[in-house]
Amino acid sequence: MTTLSSKADTKKSESLKKPAGGKKGQSSSQKVRLATAWLGGCSGCHMSFLDLDERLIDLAEAVELVYSPIADVKTFPENVDVTLVEGAVANVDHLELAEQIRERSKIVVSFGDCAVTGNVTSLRNKLPVDDLLTKVYHEGPGAVPRGGEIDKVVPALIPRVLPLHQVITVDAFIPGCPPDPERIWAAVSSLLAGEPVVLADKMRKFG
Amino acid sequence: MAVITVTINDELVSGREGQSLLELVREQGIDLPTLCHLDGLEERGGCRLCMVEMAPGNRLAAACVTPAQEGMVIYTHSERLVKYRRMILELLFAERNHVCAVCVMNGRCELQYEAYTIGMDHVRYDYLTPDLPMDASHDRFVIDHNRCILCTRCVRVCDSVEGAHTWDVMGRGVNCRVITDLNQPWGTSQSCTSCGKCVQVCPTGALHAKGSTVAEMVKRHDFLQWILDGRENHQWTMRNGEPMESGR
Repeated sequence: MTTLSSKADTKKSESLKKPAGGKKGQSSSQKVRLATAWLGGCSGCHMSFLDLDERLIDLAEAVELVYSPIADVKTFPENVDVTLVEGAVANVDHLELAEQIRERSKIVVSFGDCAVTGNVTSLRNKLPVDDLLTKVYHEGPGAVPRGGEIDKVVPALIPRVLPLHQVITVDAFIPGCPPDPERIWAAVSSLLAGEPVVLADKMRKFG
Repeated sequence: MAVITVTINDELVSGREGQSLLELVREQGIDLPTLCHLDGLEERGGCRLCMVEMAPGNRLAAACVTPAQEGMVIYTHSERLVKYRRMILELLFAERNHVCAVCVMNGRCELQYEAYTIGMDHVRYDYLTPDLPMDASHDRFVIDHNRCILCTRCVRVCDSVEGAHTWDVMGRGVNCRVITDLNQPWGTSQSCTSCGKCVQVCPTGALHAKGSTVAEMVKRHDFLQWILDGRENHQWTMRNGEPMESGR
């Protein structure tokens, strides 16, 4: 088991405002390439992100949204500057996407309590996966018949739900369930200015 | 009472012989975090958040259980202390299931407060996520072991203020639990007077009123000083006139 992931504490402070030209496969746009991803969470963090309201207009001026649950993009693109990741790592698809995100993003941000702590998504960790599926799907009302074969459609659950920083190196954390728009804006505007994310005391409150 | 001189963070301050370092430090307006300490209860020295460094040798001591002495030289917020305090808080969060988002004390919890105040934005340790019970057998109150940090405020207030000693502690290490009577359901306890003092002093959502849901629980620590003022000084007035909420 891991003990201290000191890697997660190294904040990247490289500026995001440098010209993006000259990189393979990248548009000539000077905008910051922003992605948001949705792992094991309720999408509340994304709802709160949309609650940035008129600040979204300023944001749209500064960034190009290259991947997001609110954009129709099928695969996670290359050369992403900042990725906000909502949700904990709960199944094999999340594991794969998390690895891709890390490989293809300069800065990865744990966005909201599920990504930061596991939060509600991890409440199932006290049960072994088989017991959990039995309890939820096979013992409940309108029981689903249990087939012995592995489901090829729904991704398999991993044994324990993990916070993102226990799977990949994370550069910044935005706690909150969901993080309110003010702290999202504080974090995002720091990142756009090429500065490390330093949230005020109350903006670090879990829950 | 003799006056003593202590050096705190390179400044000379005056204190009274016999007072604790914690009391002296807080008298100077320095904010030293605590969780097991509560004004009005005997000290336990369990949470270790109030640790200070004592020169020479930078020996660590819990300020709440260390008497201030003439000539002491202490530091309250060295880099090492802040690092240790954050580690302590992360270990508390990792040990049980402190899921703030679905806790009755969300927004008023002392553990939550100390965590964000010290700068904790994530936990570097593996979460143990133990399978812990809740006991809702009492008519009015609930104990949720998932939120308990074993500060033993409930044990101390029940013993020394209420005089019932319903609460105690069993087990060691991660198996340690607060228990009622002989480790039986709270509702079957014969010693419990249902006074609710344990609920009011609990710093987290471990003890709460039955029926409260997320972020609904409000606790009052001021009643403790009120009782003690009455008992010891025959003064029956609220100190500040206003009910005080927990979470400093």
